[in-house]
Amino acid sequence: MYNFDFEKPSTIADAVSALGSEDAQALGGGQTLLPTMKQRLASPSKLVSLKGISEMQGICTADDGALCVGGSTSHADVAAGAGAYPGLAALAAGIGDPAVRARGTIGGSLANNDPSACYPAGALASGAILVTNTREIAADDYFQGMFTTALDEGEILTEVRFPVPEASNYQKFEQPASRFALVGVFVAKYAGGVRVAVTGASEEGVFRWTEAEAALSGNFSADAIADMAPGEDGMISDLHGTAAYRAHLVGVLTRRAVTAAA
Amino acid sequence: MPKDSGIGASPKRREDVRFLSGTGNYTDDIQVNGQAYVHFLRSDIAHAKINGINLDAASAMPGVIKIFTGADFEGVGGIPCGWQVTDRHGEPMQEPAHPVLAQGKVRYVGDQIAAVVAETLEQARDAAEAIEVDLEELPAVVDMKAALADGATKVHDDLTSNLCYDWGFVEENKPAVDAAFEAAAHVTTLELRNNRLVANPMEPRVAIGDFNRATGDSTLYTTSQNPHVIRLLMGAFVLGIPEHKLRVVAPDVGGGFGTKIFHYAEEAFCTFAAKALNRAVKWTSTRSEAFISDAHGRDHVTKIELALDADNNFTALRTDTYANMGAYLSTFAPSVPTWLHGTLMAGNYRTPLIYVNVKAVFTNTVPVDAYRGAGRPEATFQLERVVDKAARELGVDPIALRRQNFITEFPYATPVAVEYDTGDYHGTMDALENMADLSGFEARRKASEARGKLRGFGVNCYIEACGIAPSNLVGQLGARAGLYESATVRVNATGGLVVMTGSHSHGQGHETSFPQVIAEMIGIDESMVEIVHGDTANTPMGMGTYGSRSLAVGGSAMVRATEKIIAKAKKIAAHLMEAADADIELKDGAFSVAGTDKSVAWGDVTLAAYVPHNYPLEDIEPGLEETAFYDPANFTYPSGAYACEVEVDPDTGKVTIEAFNAADDFGNIVNPMIVDGQVHGGIGQGIGQALLENAAYDENGQLLSASYMDYAMPRASDVPFYGVDHSSQTPCTHNPLGVKGCGEAGAIGSPPAVINAVVDALRSGGHDIHHIDMPVSPSRVWQAMNG
Ligand SMILES: Cc1cc2nc3c(=O)[nH]c(=O)nc-3n(C[C@H](O)[C@H](O)[C@H](O)COP(=O)(O)OP(=O)(O)OC[C@H]3O[C@@H](n4cnc5c(N)ncnc54)[C@H](O)[C@@H]3O)c2cc1C
Repeated sequence: MYNFDFEKPSTIADAVSALGSEDAQALGGGQTLLPTMKQRLASPSKLVSLKGISEMQGICTADDGALCVGGSTSHADVAAGAGAYPGLAALAAGIGDPAVRARGTIGGSLANNDPSACYPAGALASGAILVTNTREIAADDYFQGMFTTALDEGEILTEVRFPVPEASNYQKFEQPASRFALVGVFVAKYAGGVRVAVTGASEEGVFRWTEAEAALSGNFSADAIADMAPGEDGMISDLHGTAAYRAHLVGVLTRRAVTAAA
Repeated sequence: MPKDSGIGASPKRREDVRFLSGTGNYTDDIQVNGQAYVHFLRSDIAHAKINGINLDAASAMPGVIKIFTGADFEGVGGIPCGWQVTDRHGEPMQEPAHPVLAQGKVRYVGDQIAAVVAETLEQARDAAEAIEVDLEELPAVVDMKAALADGATKVHDDLTSNLCYDWGFVEENKPAVDAAFEAAAHVTTLELRNNRLVANPMEPRVAIGDFNRATGDSTLYTTSQNPHVIRLLMGAFVLGIPEHKLRVVAPDVGGGFGTKIFHYAEEAFCTFAAKALNRAVKWTSTRSEAFISDAHGRDHVTKIELALDADNNFTALRTDTYANMGAYLSTFAPSVPTWLHGTLMAGNYRTPLIYVNVKAVFTNTVPVDAYRGAGRPEATFQLERVVDKAARELGVDPIALRRQNFITEFPYATPVAVEYDTGDYHGTMDALENMADLSGFEARRKASEARGKLRGFGVNCYIEACGIAPSNLVGQLGARAGLYESATVRVNATGGLVVMTGSHSHGQGHETSFPQVIAEMIGIDESMVEIVHGDTANTPMGMGTYGSRSLAVGGSAMVRATEKIIAKAKKIAAHLMEAADADIELKDGAFSVAGTDKSVAWGDVTLAAYVPHNYPLEDIEPGLEETAFYDPANFTYPSGAYACEVEVDPDTGKVTIEAFNAADDFGNIVNPMIVDGQVHGGIGQGIGQALLENAAYDENGQLLSASYMDYAMPRASDVPFYGVDHSSQTPCTHNPLGVKGCGEAGAIGSPPAVINAVVDALRSGGHDIHHIDMPVSPSRVWQAMNG
């Protein structure tokens, strides 16, 4: 690890100004950033911890019924406190191990947008609104490929607003070593239709499987998507699974998610 | 009634108090006054010519004391290989030079280019980044068969090819074996790979070199399973330091699994640099470094053929194996695919004719050497897989086919040069069948099918050779060291004992089980016996711990030394009681004169030995301390039968282990709880190999699974509760304890059971599959099911 300065502001405004200096970087739970720094693959000059900002902590319900999760809320707190949205609470409860869940934050996970991470599937399938210190971004516009998001330099994810679906489920098939998602599928059924978001599978990062959404919006049952799978073009192929295998898993897991949600 | 002390009891492990309370003393816990830190700059290219190294900028960095490169080691010895194999044609193996720091070329990702010694570790790392290395990339040699093709790039320019040796065993048997195949009623053939593994002990390697300018003594603190072997290899072959000027200390060691047997360049570097700089030099491996610098295990590619007659008797066995050596020869690497593998190919069966061919190959990968089981898992896996395949091809029950071919009479001389002293293969199979509830399997399979899952049952046997020895035999086979073990038993005046052993404990529980043996021999409490190990300064020359040899060989040395103690103590007791030596009996910690009520306590005798006022000084010396070296007459041959039950999810290919049962014959058992633990851990590693672990290289020689993000270690939820049975006990006939060794059995015996079960499950689902390579990851299983 290289040397760096450390600040722990207590307001979003102070965090924004602290992040104004060159090569400053936000620190959430540090579960991704700190290992990267230890390997000397990242060298921020300053870390600005977001953990001391009380307005970015916790879970509440908005007037429109959306579940609002503060950007610095830990996975463990979402697992325990998002009872209003059981599919999301279960997703959080399945991330990493207890130590990771105690430290890691929703903002850090969504800002990082790891192609195998769980929250991106939950946020995209929910059509969540990602609130930053400057604007609100719809999930459909936010995820822009592996490790890439709509966030600008120094922009802070302060809150995520999840419209609560009628039914939902997240199916995660673990990569045997990392236990991140080899493929993960989040299915959310809203009055206006069904949304299906897939993580772990595509070289473009999390994506919506629109073909399945269309079929499921008419008939929310596994039968509606029997034998259906996305094409293997653009799927990740690595030590843990070929593109064809991942494409196959998307179909299997979507059916399981629908059955579990229905 | 179970005993509560002595041989056969299960006292809790006394060492666990410090291990579990964070008060152990591991090598990294040692801080030598004034120590500097070294960081190794390692190659990130698998094969390259070093055109130049510019140290100017780096040397000027803050805190840098000195940066060493290969040039600093010209004239210094290389890392030696401890075993020379002779090939089919009577020629010695090809043995490349193995410099402490790379000279001229780097040969694997991880090879050390330079070593930066600085005041702090971070300063050393900073400076390493400022070193300018001009590497000219060369084609990487990764695949073993391609490495042997004509015109293949050579890993070592001064060798004639990438072939280390072409070994035939037993060469004279080859024509008869070939003829038996011609005459066979049935031949079963199987091609498979034994996957490359990274040992991953919980504690990464650490080395601290220290030098005393006043005395000229060097000390190396290191994470080793055998400090005396390191002292001998490094002192005699690398640095030219005589043993009396070199002390090697291996304190608490957090797991070894084989990979801490070997003498590594980092150890030699730290010892060398400490003298050169007159500063202690410390190196602590990071986990990432361990993946590319600890010797790997396994990595065999094999074709095995089994010939059977019309009555399903095994008539001949023939194997053709490529064994990966990596880029250099690690300490015992050449012995693993040969003498620890070929000699085990008879397994538990009466196969009269066997021929084993092994081609050991250099590649641009991390050196490969012994890993828990070392050669024996590779032998067991292929044999037990081909027997299973033969049973399926012939439509006979796999257990019945095995039983039909079991060796039943002992001693039994195999056609592969070893003689099994004892065993009861039907006995362990009976115990296994009881545990595994075979009759209930069909109902369990139906229940799985009702849940949409395929269920499979797999069984296998194993035989292994432990307590590697005797020295004169292994010398003939190419070992460059003896394989005895030593013990010094020091009885103190007030009766307590300190036992100094050449065996090393790095998780095996010696500090608990060894005292059980000695306390029982004397009839005193175990708390009166303390075990000292791991420091060449206060233990007799010993060969360390590997090959499940500690109790069979090291324990036997302790028994011999204790027998000498008892013999002398009896003389003292006889003097004290004015009786004849021959009439003295030792029982429950007291000496008595046979047929009388005269007796003296153990403590009276030990006190007399050190306060010899009333003492036969004219006959015997004062004091009570004895040393014994024990060199066994033969290997020991533990054996067993293992069964695994799996479920396969046909939608995803995911395999789950539903049950695992192990029936072992370890001969006599000193501490059943510790033996259970050794078996559990071994099976965990075997399941890891079968389902999860895979050190995979790409075609450029980059390790794809170089961290826990991609290298899957077994976790608690990956393994079931094991059934373990040791009731079948045929004591070893040639060591005083009748023990056989249990450290590796689990890792040797479990992978074939897992794969046999997976194949059984898939076949029950209508898939015509005979084999899937390890690890049977979900994607591989799905691939196999879907063509
Ligand atoms: C052993 C292990 C297992 C894991 N398993 C899983 C798993 O199964 N599924 C899964 O989804 N994840 C998994 N993770 C990742 C984990 O969820 C991390 O918590 C997450 O990826 C990053 O969150 P963090 O709060 O730790 O962010 P940090 O590591 O602190 O930061 C990550 C990045 O986000 C930026 N950042 C942080 N917070 C904000 C913010 N509020 N606004 C803008 N930028 C911000 C940082 O600058 C940095 O670039 C695992 C991690 C580990 C170590």
